[in-house]
Amino acid sequence: MMLSPAEIDALLLSLKIAALAVAGALPFAIACASLLTFGRFPGRFLIDAIVHLPLILPPVVMGYLLLISFGTRAPIGAWLLHSFDIRLVFSWTGAALASAIVSFPFQVRAIRIALENIDPGLHQAAETLGAGPVDRFINLTLPLALPGIIAGAITAFSASLGEFGAIITFVSNIPGETRTLPLAIYTAIQTPGGELAAARLAALSIGLALCGLILSEMMMRGIRRKLTGQVRP
Amino acid sequence: MSLEIDIRHQAGILTLNARFKIERPGITALFGPSGSGKTTLINAIAGLIRPDDGTITINGKAVFDRKNNIHLPPRKRRVGYVFQDARLFPHLTVRKNLYFAHHRSPNPLPDAKIEAIIAMLGIGGLLSRRPVKLSGGEKQRVSLGRALLGNPDILLLDEPLSALDQARKDEILPYLEALRDQRRLPILYVSHAIDEVARLADNMVVMENGQVRASGSVFDILARTDLAPLTGQFDTGAVIPAIVTGHDVKGAISYLECAGHQLIVPLLSPVPPGSGNGPHGSPTANQPPRQTRLHIRARDVMIAKTIPDGISANNILPTTIAALTPVAPGSIDVALRLGHASSGKTLAAPLIHARITAWSAQRLDLQIGQQVYAVIKSVMVDGKMRETDA
Repeated sequence: MMLSPAEIDALLLSLKIAALAVAGALPFAIACASLLTFGRFPGRFLIDAIVHLPLILPPVVMGYLLLISFGTRAPIGAWLLHSFDIRLVFSWTGAALASAIVSFPFQVRAIRIALENIDPGLHQAAETLGAGPVDRFINLTLPLALPGIIAGAITAFSASLGEFGAIITFVSNIPGETRTLPLAIYTAIQTPGGELAAARLAALSIGLALCGLILSEMMMRGIRRKLTGQVRP
Repeated sequence: MSLEIDIRHQAGILTLNARFKIERPGITALFGPSGSGKTTLINAIAGLIRPDDGTITINGKAVFDRKNNIHLPPRKRRVGYVFQDARLFPHLTVRKNLYFAHHRSPNPLPDAKIEAIIAMLGIGGLLSRRPVKLSGGEKQRVSLGRALLGNPDILLLDEPLSALDQARKDEILPYLEALRDQRRLPILYVSHAIDEVARLADNMVVMENGQVRASGSVFDILARTDLAPLTGQFDTGAVIPAIVTGHDVKGAISYLECAGHQLIVPLLSPVPPGSGNGPHGSPTANQPPRQTRLHIRARDVMIAKTIPDGISANNILPTTIAALTPVAPGSIDVALRLGHASSGKTLAAPLIHARITAWSAQRLDLQIGQQVYAVIKSVMVDGKMRETDA
């Protein structure tokens, strides 16, 4: 199966956008999951709802909301352009922002489940052994939540690779800049005689998704064996 | 080396009201039935909960004082805590678990002492393993080592043996005894198992429904008949200090002495672990005398009015009846003071207990102050039953 240079561009661009989306969102996802797990404050429910909003909103609506806040004449977009010379619309970084927001709930959910499963008794033990809050977070909470963090990152990466609606609405479909795999498939289908290209790209997408699944399963097993000595929980 | 407790705390339906002092290194047992507030109390000492009122002072330093609004977090209290369920960090090796507190201690132990602790607990061979690969007994030993390596001022043990089977308990008890005998630091040992307390503790605090019912030396407390419903001593009997004076390897017996009276038991393994020769030293005739304690169950003691002749029991002690207490229908507890007044070799406390039928007491016409002989069938030494008439 030979890919055309444009198709290779689409593949690499998709990987680049998904990687930036996941890496950029990760610290916020950890902070957000910690806040939702350990925080006890009024309005927690509201934050929970906002985090999960991208899961239930149509992606096109997400793209529209991004456009009216990050467009060059929109409040945040104009400020970013004038202060930092950053333009998100019609650029691959904008596509990464859209992917990050859409895949954010996947990361938060996975990390949150991992955090909730940490035995609070271990925190008490660490406290009596001299570890302060930050120390405990870095040396106890994060390593113990690592399986969840990795699972969340891989799921979010896959979701980012597949994002279509928010990206095409917010940053359009520009070859080499914002035309990711799903957009390339869409374009191929719209083009007369593009059926074969569409099939190749679809097969590529399926292959990528399977790789992600297998990779995440392998990492989970390795970590679980280290922590609990058993392959299945 | 001191701990002073004076706190009040409401936890659900439990009203905790505790006041006592520990002034010497050694083991103080916090004894009481489940739900009597023992764990709540040591959690308060460790700083894991904040009591409603009162003060907690460790080594003269207030770690909690409601009036002056002092409540130090656990990490600033220099307290070692061994939990019932070990709570080793699953993502770290045994070595990293052990050194967790050491690396964070403001007053770290020197390497030589660390090595001595690891050797004493027999965990040197486990260092590169992960907690998941350890047995229950090994986990508790590592947990104990982890707490000790933090160089705490006081050690809190919350029923460290209760999750283990008897074989694992027997594996750990000698290490706890060795730790006690080193007199390094005060140890507060939470337990609801009277045999553990009788074997390990120097002092005990008896708790019931959140209140301290009694506190004092383990020998005195176990001899108190008014605490019997809590300590169950009529079944377990008396705990008496004794000295191992010698061994006869050929005859396979050891000699013990208590207030000038000699007792004979089957040969004891002479050296507990951690006291130099390791747990597997072979017995020799000339070991230095060492302290131990005898646990004499009431049902293993018979009473004779004269020295019985031609009897297989080796241990027949002159005693004086101190009290006769009916304990169950048809059953009487006879409290016996060791020694006859005329011989002078008496032991004021603790008392030995014998459980006999009311009918026997009537037949022998037993009276308080009467001089009789206690025929002891078997005693418990170093936590094991020793048949003495075999």
